[in-house]
Amino acid sequence: MPEPLLSLSGVHTHVGPYHILQGVDLAVPGGGVTALLGRNGAGKTSTLRTVMGLWRASAGAIRFAGLEITKAATPDLARGGIAYVPETMSVFSDLTVRENLVLAARAGPPDAARLDWILTLFPALRTFWSVAAGVLSGGQKQMLSVARAIVEPRQLILVDEPTKGLAPAVVANMLAAFAELKRTETTILLVEQNFHFARSLADTVAVMDNGRVVHAGRMAALAADDGLQRRLLGLSLDSHQ
Amino acid sequence: MSASLDTTLKPVVPPPDWLPLALAPVLALAALPLVGSPATWATLTLAGLAMGMMIFIMASGLTLIFGLMDVLNFAHAAFITLGAYSATLLLGPRSDWLGADSLVLNAGALLVMVALASAVAAAAGFAFERVIVRPVYGRHLHQILVTVGGLIVAQQLITAAWGPVQVALPLPASFRGIVLVGEVAVERYRLVAVAIGLVVFAAMLLVLNRTRIGLLIRAGVENPEMVEALGYRIRRLFVGVFVAGSALAGLGGVMWGFYREALTPGMGLELTVLVFIVVIIGGLGSVGGCFVGALLVALTANYAGFLAPKLALGSNIVLMVAILLWRSRGLYPVAKR
Ligand SMILES: Nc1ncnc2c1ncn2[C@@H]1O[C@H](COP(=O)(O)OP(=O)(O)OP(=O)(O)O)[C@@H](O)[C@H]1O
Ligand SMILES: [Mg+2]
Repeated sequence: MPEPLLSLSGVHTHVGPYHILQGVDLAVPGGGVTALLGRNGAGKTSTLRTVMGLWRASAGAIRFAGLEITKAATPDLARGGIAYVPETMSVFSDLTVRENLVLAARAGPPDAARLDWILTLFPALRTFWSVAAGVLSGGQKQMLSVARAIVEPRQLILVDEPTKGLAPAVVANMLAAFAELKRTETTILLVEQNFHFARSLADTVAVMDNGRVVHAGRMAALAADDGLQRRLLGLSLDSHQ
Repeated sequence: MSASLDTTLKPVVPPPDWLPLALAPVLALAALPLVGSPATWATLTLAGLAMGMMIFIMASGLTLIFGLMDVLNFAHAAFITLGAYSATLLLGPRSDWLGADSLVLNAGALLVMVALASAVAAAAGFAFERVIVRPVYGRHLHQILVTVGGLIVAQQLITAAWGPVQVALPLPASFRGIVLVGEVAVERYRLVAVAIGLVVFAAMLLVLNRTRIGLLIRAGVENPEMVEALGYRIRRLFVGVFVAGSALAGLGGVMWGFYREALTPGMGLELTVLVFIVVIIGGLGSVGGCFVGALLVALTANYAGFLAPKLALGSNIVLMVAILLWRSRGLYPVAKR
């Protein structure tokens, strides 16, 4: 079996006095979508932040593309091929849509064909190309945040709840865009509370609780097993439909 | 119509916020009847504009340093003083240029001294960032302690090198004296200071709005973590801004020195009170706000100095309080994550 593109083994993360991740084991195979599920406060965002080097793991090891990255600095991880779409979207509100994307293309001006492809995925961004990102709607900001992560080809993108608070029509656009992105080389680690969204995209799944991964396997298997869903996802399943 | 929803949903683009820009003209017009004589008013106003430009130059670096890295740098005052004093190093060697009856040589001398002041302040800023500031990122109390400490040490060193008494910094001959515009006596150097201030402001706006580095600075002020997640080393950016900010402090310092034609080891500290007021009024991290704030503070200081000299500094505190009551985060608050 080939080594996963990203793997965490026994990762612990402390933030101040809080012991947040308590031994996370997670494998993200290359080339597909892995969903990371779990109820509020389970540690999903913390896992992504730790992978991205925004928080430092206090124990355990993280490997990416065959390299140990546990102690790597955030900019080096980005340069090494990992992109991050945070839960808060974090678009630069004072900068226009164009300027946000110009900054995201670190190696130089964005590739025209690729940019065109992205703007086809998210037509709203083309419409509001010269508008300050701060005045966009929530859905448009989310699109920009995703677009920023993929404006340059990346091996792995970490996406944190891209459907949070979005209208159903925008969720549909997002789903179409991720389905399209999935057809490229990019590997996606997708944190979601919306089980339907996650199920439509993901090949593999991991479920977290209390700072640990409590279940990992094929998405198809979880999708077919109502009892397992209820046990693992509990209320969060119903409350997000 | 589903997926097109957010394509057609028009963002509500707020109109540009011009209101703060009107404040300085309004203040100037309001002062006219109080001052009485239009000629005196014109002189005070020009003095205020010139002083405002110098304060802006000193404050602009500080506001970016605070905005970008959340660092409270009280030692900024030391770079102001150091810049001004280092210009005196050229008084001996370049006295021929300074005294010459030639605008070109005079301007050359001014330029060389200004460049030296900025360069020395920049170098000092670079060293200061490495040795003093770097270990205390994210800890405000420590920042206050070490930067105030750094300021005291720097003042002592300047006193040791140049002595505790006033040092003269004479203006080159061509920039002294006045030109008469109608009945209004206009000091030449004030015009020069306004011109330099406008050039610096324009250059900063150009860099911040039209270059990649400028975009990074603006993005970094809002969300440094996300800038790193895009692959940029924010530390390098910060060192660059710290050095540029220190250079601007030195530039402002030497300009102020020429304005007064005299330097004291405490000059930076005295100016820093106004500089901090400007940074707060403008909105931490906002260069545009800093510019408007500097003009307001300097105009207020000049009018108040004429109308009620005893209230000059107090008037600026009143100004600050009034503005913060109106906009609690300053004239142009900067979005923060
Ligand atoms: N900055 C922080 N400081 C201290 N504790 C934190 C911080 N951020 C998160 N936590 C705690 O860590 C735990 C995991 O939080 P995390 O944000 O990773 O959960 P999550 O699975 O992403 O939840 P959600 O679905 O609500 O986004 C929670 O108990 C949370 O309260
Ligand atoms: Mg979360």
